Order: sequence, then structure tokens, then C-alpha cells
Amino acid sequence: MDTLVLLTLTGLGLGALYFLIASGLALIFGLMDVLNFAHGAFLTVACYTAWRTAGTVGGIPGLLLAAVVGTATGLALAVVVELVLIRRLYGRIKEQILVTVGLSLAVPALVQTVWGADARTFPVPDALSGTVGVLGARVPVNRFLLIAVALLVLFGVRLFLSRTRYGLIVRAGVEDRAMVTALGIDVTRAFTLVFALGGALAGLAGVLGGIYFGSLSPHQGTSLLVFAFVVVIIGGLVSITSVALSALSVGLVQQYANYYAGGYGDLAVVFLLAAVVLARPAAGTGSPLGRLRRALTAHRTHAAGGTA
Amino acid sequence: MTATRTPRATPAAAPVKDPAPDRAGRLRRIRPLTLPAAVLLLLALLPYSALDVPVLLDGPVNSPGSLQLFALCLVFGGLALGYDLMFGRTGLLSFGHALYIAGGAYGTQLAMAELGLGLVPAAVLTLVLGTLAAVVLGAVSLRTLALGSVGFAMVTLAFAQAGSIYVERNPGGLTGGEEGLPLHVDGVPEALVGVQNTAHVYWLALAYLTLVAAVVWTVTARPIGRVWQGIRDNEQRVAVLGRSPFACKLGAFTLASALAVLGGVLHLLVTAGATPHTSTPEFTLTLLVMVVLGGSGTRWGPVVGGVLFTYLDQRLGGWNLGVEPMLFLGALFVAAVYAAPGGLTALGRRRSS
Repeated sequence: MDTLVLLTLTGLGLGALYFLIASGLALIFGLMDVLNFAHGAFLTVACYTAWRTAGTVGGIPGLLLAAVVGTATGLALAVVVELVLIRRLYGRIKEQILVTVGLSLAVPALVQTVWGADARTFPVPDALSGTVGVLGARVPVNRFLLIAVALLVLFGVRLFLSRTRYGLIVRAGVEDRAMVTALGIDVTRAFTLVFALGGALAGLAGVLGGIYFGSLSPHQGTSLLVFAFVVVIIGGLVSITSVALSALSVGLVQQYANYYAGGYGDLAVVFLLAAVVLARPAAGTGSPLGRLRRALTAHRTHAAGGTA
Repeated sequence: MTATRTPRATPAAAPVKDPAPDRAGRLRRIRPLTLPAAVLLLLALLPYSALDVPVLLDGPVNSPGSLQLFALCLVFGGLALGYDLMFGRTGLLSFGHALYIAGGAYGTQLAMAELGLGLVPAAVLTLVLGTLAAVVLGAVSLRTLALGSVGFAMVTLAFAQAGSIYVERNPGGLTGGEEGLPLHVDGVPEALVGVQNTAHVYWLALAYLTLVAAVVWTVTARPIGRVWQGIRDNEQRVAVLGRSPFACKLGAFTLASALAVLGGVLHLLVTAGATPHTSTPEFTLTLLVMVVLGGSGTRWGPVVGGVLFTYLDQRLGGWNLGVEPMLFLGALFVAAVYAAPGGLTALGRRRSS
């Protein structure tokens, strides 16, 4: 029982981390069709600046300041990348992805050049490095911090999307960008906004990731990014809540499988992804197996029907 | 294309494609072979040259170090060309190509070490299994296009990540974890082992590149290549014309993956070991960078990109610039996306015309 509680809370904490990364990815992808490979790089750089800040100031104030600095770093990086690099390639999705791919290779190398290739220890204040007894399990405090922050972000982003004018533009842009433009609204501003939001969330995720793992390395962001992609696919682009639920399930499956299936949580996540992809009703109805069979035999009619 | 005017014209358009080749057509078919043949001959003769190139190479051209560098460049040229079959020719953005390269390297290594097979049977077994895996995983990945082509990219990335994690976890001591595995020399013919035989490995790498080039260039010139191009440019139109985009894309994916498995075998031989780096998604990203840098969807672009990138990646570390090679290469790549949209080979063509 206590193991289950620990696993669940750890899984939720991990899911919270995934959610912070994936929500920005999903918004950027939904609005601009850009698969942002540089997202992990934002996270990494933010994590390093936060580490410097927390190490210099120290204690709880240091951590709070680090969170602010990390978030600001992510935000600033994302805005610069959007304005300087992505904007010039407007409408050329493949090139935009390629630029973010280049950044995802260059930025970790830059971080490695500046701060070295070895993993560093993230200074976690004592108040956050202890454990709390929950139903007989000793659960690290930072899990609760992660879950709380993710919940706050979830509600904040939901409020932003549903109650503000720019949220409305972003939602409308995800649905039909051409129509929004046709209505005379400048979508490019929304692009910058979404990129900034995503970058800030990635920066925050970098700080929280540092606390969660207790360490940071130049390739930390890149490895987290892969799972964020998985979360985005599983969640689809339905709503920010669907991204949150998807992040939750990925985090939980990963933790449970890590414990009960001999450390193969990451593989379990990929199987989950494959299952979801196959089961998702793409066109028509029927069981996943039936759809697969139809896909492999009579895709001609299906494809023709899909384009009609 | 007449076929694009009305779908009904499709059956009529097919025989138009291969009329009896007239003289000009025949010439056009022969002439493209002279340049590759010349390049091939030149490359094949490299091990006989004792030329000393001061800064660019550490030793003479035929020193084992230089030959190994060349062999690695050629292998990556082949890998990039194979990857371009998906990316440049069919428009499939896969981030999971590394899975098949690592599969080829580790599969061959394990078949030799654990099953006691020789190099050739081990490579063939790996090729067969890898191709089967590509069919299954490709079918799953290609079903995800609900999210657009990016869904495919992300699913292939996830599969590759799973493979990468599996390799690094070192299950049962099979994969050697982060250390990788040294080449199991017992299974390899003696002519391919040791520093004194680097030239043989080099020729084998050249043979691999030649094979990939022959396959890719031949296949893309055939009707299926046209269909791939059609899918890249407008998938809906291909579907409307009665072709199945799914089957054609799966074909491209499988062929490219099979070439990648073979490339993995070559990578194993050239680097004398299986390294976990070959399984990482980053490895696929570097292939993508090579292809785009050289010029995707062209005959020579991917090869040039692969060779150049690998050379710089290997040499920049030795020049002691104080920065990671990838920083320079990543920045170069980002600059190339803006400055040379069609790749480096297109740059040359534009200037010459």
C-alpha cells in the first residue's frame, strides 16, 4: 500500500513536470503547426540559470528567485527565438521545425561548453528535500510542490484561454488560423504570445525538474522533451485539460511500470502511446483491431473517403 | 503531367511514361553514370595515395586514421542518402531512424557474440528481422497522421527513444549500457580486423555507399519514385488518383529502414564497436541536419551533407577550438536553413546556372 502511494505521488509529480513542458508544446503546435524541438533547450538553459541563482542566493529565497529567473530565461529565449528565427520562416513549417532542430543540437552544446558536460547538483533547500508520511509512505516533499505548481498553471492557462481576449484568439487560431486572419486579427502577435507562454512554462519546468531530479545536465531538457511529445500525441489537441490528463497518465504508467515491470517504465509509455494511436478513432468507427485490419487492406477507399 | 488534369487520365498516362527510349533519352540515361563512376573510381583508389594534407588530415591519406575517418564519412553519406528516401523524396519526417541503425549494429554484434554466427549470416539475420520490425513499426507510425505529418514524427521519435532507453539500461548485460560493446572479432573475417586492414573496411564502406546510391537513385527514377514525389507534394491528389499513400509510404519507410540496418552493420565495423549514441534521437537529428545541409531530395545533396558533417564533427574536436563541435554544426545548420534553402549542392547549382 505504502509503495503504491509513493509510486502514485511520484507519478503525479512526474506528470506535473510533463504537463508543464507539454502544455507549451501543445499550444505552439496547435496554433502554429511548429513542432518545437528547441523547447527542451529552453528548459535546459532555464535550469542552468536557475541553478546559478539558487547556488548564489541560497535557501528558500534563492529557490524562489531561481524560479523567477528560470521562468524569465525560458520566456526571453522563446521570444527571441520566435522573433528572430521562427517569424522569418512564417508559413514554411518544415523549415521552422528544422531551425528548432538546429537549436536543439546547438544549445545543449553551448551549455556544455559553458558549464561542462558533467551533471551538477541542484541546490534544494532543506524544507523541500525531506519526506512526508502519507498513508504510511515516506513521500518526498517536492512531489507535492510539483503537483501544486502544475495545478496552478493548469488553472491559470485555462483562465487565460477562456477569459481573456488573447486566449480567445489563441483558441480560435488553433481551430482555424486562416479564419482568424480573415477576420482581421493579427495572429502573429498570438504566435509570439504562445511562444512566450510556452517558453516561460518550459523555464518553470526546468527549475522544477532540477528540484525533482536534484541534478541537471546539458541534455536534461532533450530527454524530457521526448516524453512531452508523447504526452502531446496521447492528449491530442483537444484542450489544455486533455494535455494535463495525458501527462498524468504518462507519469503514472511510467512510475508503475518502473516498479512493477522491472524498470521498463519508459518502454511502457511507448506501448501506451502505440495503443492510444491505434485505438484513436481517426475516421469511421469500429474496434481498433478492425480499423487496423481495414487500414492494412482497404485503405484505398478510406483514403479516398478521407479526401472527399 | 497529363494525369493531374483529370483523374480519368491515370490509366492512359501510365504507358506514356515509358515509350521506346529514343536516342536523347538513352543518352540521358547513360550520362548520369559517368560522374558517379568517376567519383567511385577516385574514392576506390584513395588507399593507394600517400598524399599528405597538412591541416585537413592528421596523417597521409592512406594512413589508418585517415582511412577510418573517410570510411565513417562514407557510411554517414550512405545513411543520410537512405534517410533522404523518406525525408526528401517522400516527405516523411521521421525522428526514429536511429532505431534501425542501432538495430543493425547491435543486432549483428549480438548475433555474432551470442549465437556464434559469422559476420555475413549475422548481418543477414539482422537485416531480415530489422526489416520486419520496420514494417510493423512503420505501419503503426503511419497510422498516426490524425495529427498531420507531425504525428508520424513524434511517434517514430517515441519508438526510437524506447530503443535508446533499452540499449542504455543494459538488460541482462546484453548491450553493454553506456559503454557500448567492442566488436566481436571472432565472427568477423580476418581481412576486416585490425589497423592494417583499415583499407578493406574503407572499401566495404564505399561499397555500402555505392549500394545505397544505386538503390535510392534507381528506385526514385522508377514509377514508385514518382508516386513518392507525388505524396510529398500533394498526398490527397495521389489518393484521389487511386494510389494508396499508406502502402507507398510504408514501402519508402521499410526500404529506408533496411538500408539503415545495413548502415548500422557498417558503423559497427568502421568504429569497431556498437555505441549507444547510435540509438539516440539526437543521432537521427544529425542525419536530418546532414540531409538538409547538403540538399534534400537531390542525388548528391545527402551524400555531400553526410560526408561534410561527419568530417567536421570528427575534425573540429581535434582543432581545439574550445567549443563543442555540435555548437558550431548546429549554428551552421540554422544559418544554412536561411542562407541555403535548397542545401549546399543547390547553392553551387544556382551559381553555375
